[in-house]
Amino acid sequence: MIAPLFDWSDVFSFQDYGALVALLANSIIAGAVLGVVGGLIGVFVMQRDLAFAVHGVSELSFAGAAAALLFGGSVVAGSLAGALIAAILIGILGSKARDRNSIVGVLMPFGLGLGILFLSLYDGRSANRFSLLTGQIVSVSSPDLGWLIGISVIVLAGLLLMWNPLRFDSLDAVAASARGIPTRFVSLAFMVLLGLIVAVSVHIIGALLVMALLVTPAAAAMRVTAGPLAVPLLAALFGFVSAVGGILLALAGTLPVSPYITTISFLIYAGCWIVQRVRARVRRTDTPRPGTTLPA
Amino acid sequence: MSARNAERAPVLEIGGAALRRGERELWSGLNLTVEPGEFIAVLGPSGSGKTTLLRAILGLQPLSAGSIQVAGRGVQRGNPRIGYIPQQRPLPPDTSMRARDVVALGVSGTRFGLPIPRRGDRERVDALLEGVGASHFADRRVGLLSGGEQQRLRVGQALADEPTLLLCDEPLSNLDLANQVGVTEIIDRQRRERDAAVLFVTHDINPILGRVDRILYIAGGRFVLGTPDEVLQSRVLTDLYGTPVFVLRAGDRLVVVGVPDAEPHHDHEDEA
Repeated sequence: MIAPLFDWSDVFSFQDYGALVALLANSIIAGAVLGVVGGLIGVFVMQRDLAFAVHGVSELSFAGAAAALLFGGSVVAGSLAGALIAAILIGILGSKARDRNSIVGVLMPFGLGLGILFLSLYDGRSANRFSLLTGQIVSVSSPDLGWLIGISVIVLAGLLLMWNPLRFDSLDAVAASARGIPTRFVSLAFMVLLGLIVAVSVHIIGALLVMALLVTPAAAAMRVTAGPLAVPLLAALFGFVSAVGGILLALAGTLPVSPYITTISFLIYAGCWIVQRVRARVRRTDTPRPGTTLPA
Repeated sequence: MSARNAERAPVLEIGGAALRRGERELWSGLNLTVEPGEFIAVLGPSGSGKTTLLRAILGLQPLSAGSIQVAGRGVQRGNPRIGYIPQQRPLPPDTSMRARDVVALGVSGTRFGLPIPRRGDRERVDALLEGVGASHFADRRVGLLSGGEQQRLRVGQALADEPTLLLCDEPLSNLDLANQVGVTEIIDRQRRERDAAVLFVTHDINPILGRVDRILYIAGGRFVLGTPDEVLQSRVLTDLYGTPVFVLRAGDRLVVVGVPDAEPHHDHEDEA
């Protein structure tokens, strides 16, 4: 008899589950907060066309964390420094989409290469190496978890405090500046918040996968609704379900957390996409589309 | 100063204004006084500094000489007495806003702090939507609306603070004829009913010709100011451009022929 390629008990096993959950309560809280904040900030990431920039920031965040690992600093501080440098650079140099994409395209491989260099020079525990790229929240130390939660809360507060001007600026920067909104400050402040939350995501889900929490939930929400309250609330809910659901499922097996999170996040997006298509079809066949031009 | 005097005072006074971008002087010696209820068209080739003039009035672009006064006070950023209507650019179809949310930005979009609606916000937005004829599509996704519908929302947004001066930057471009007429009518109604002054940058005078009091025509760093009949003459524009230019009448439309090409690659008209 041929041995199976893998054992299902590696994927799911609910023995001692309650004890595990209690043990990892802080990880679950960190995931929950990141899921909510990631969903919210994702709405602006989509509106401001920054998905690619998120990826670029996360690779430099990875480089910063790898440098900290090599030189013996705090990995959280390293990832924050890398992410903030990248986010501010992109914010200052890339106010136009074209410039921004080229800057991100240049920064991303540089950051990734730098990180790989630092990691190959580092001869500590090898488990740490991959965890920065693909995430492993259960290996984050307790004080570091506190930091991650704290930073997420700061980002949440920052987002809420500039919510309206940020919406205005994201829709129409010219009209927003004509109305007196300090648009340069708003965009730069947003990039700082984005850098902070990317750094948090690197630890929880990994540098390569941050989009699953910072882009996918909001993109999914925008497929099914357009309300100013409905989109952020739904995006936050999707992010929360992906992050917490992923961690809870991962606890039941020996596989890393990230694939669970990315899969849930993807399935939610796929579901929203289907809902949107079905609705569009129903609308087309049932009712004539309301006129798109108005009588003068 | 009494309220009555304030009403009679000019909405906009520009004196000896000059503006340079880097080495190049866009225009200089500009004097313009705009009374309440006046409709002024700003014409000229692209790159002549029309948009820059609006930006200077908004306080987004410092003058290199001269002064600008809005309702008797110096320019300030975010002056609530000024409404700004930008060019129609199609919004992405997946924009996560309904029509009413675009207008609501005019009411609450500049407020920092927790995004909690204030009493009266909703009524104000409803009234603005009504005013620009957008009530019946108020709850539809803005990205799926036509260009004319989106432009009505921008006008509604700009009217949120009951501005006494409306700065319109090519508000009719990319619109079909019916929507050009509709949007112009909304802007003009604000002038008639609220005595707002209008500064209307456009490359085509025809959609607004019947409503314009005066024309400011800028070209090559120089300008002429006067009624449409005074300015839109072959002789006057030939003099301004320094090259033969003809103003032709085709029915009730005016066509200006022979305008030299503007400088190539001068794209600031489209930029923030």
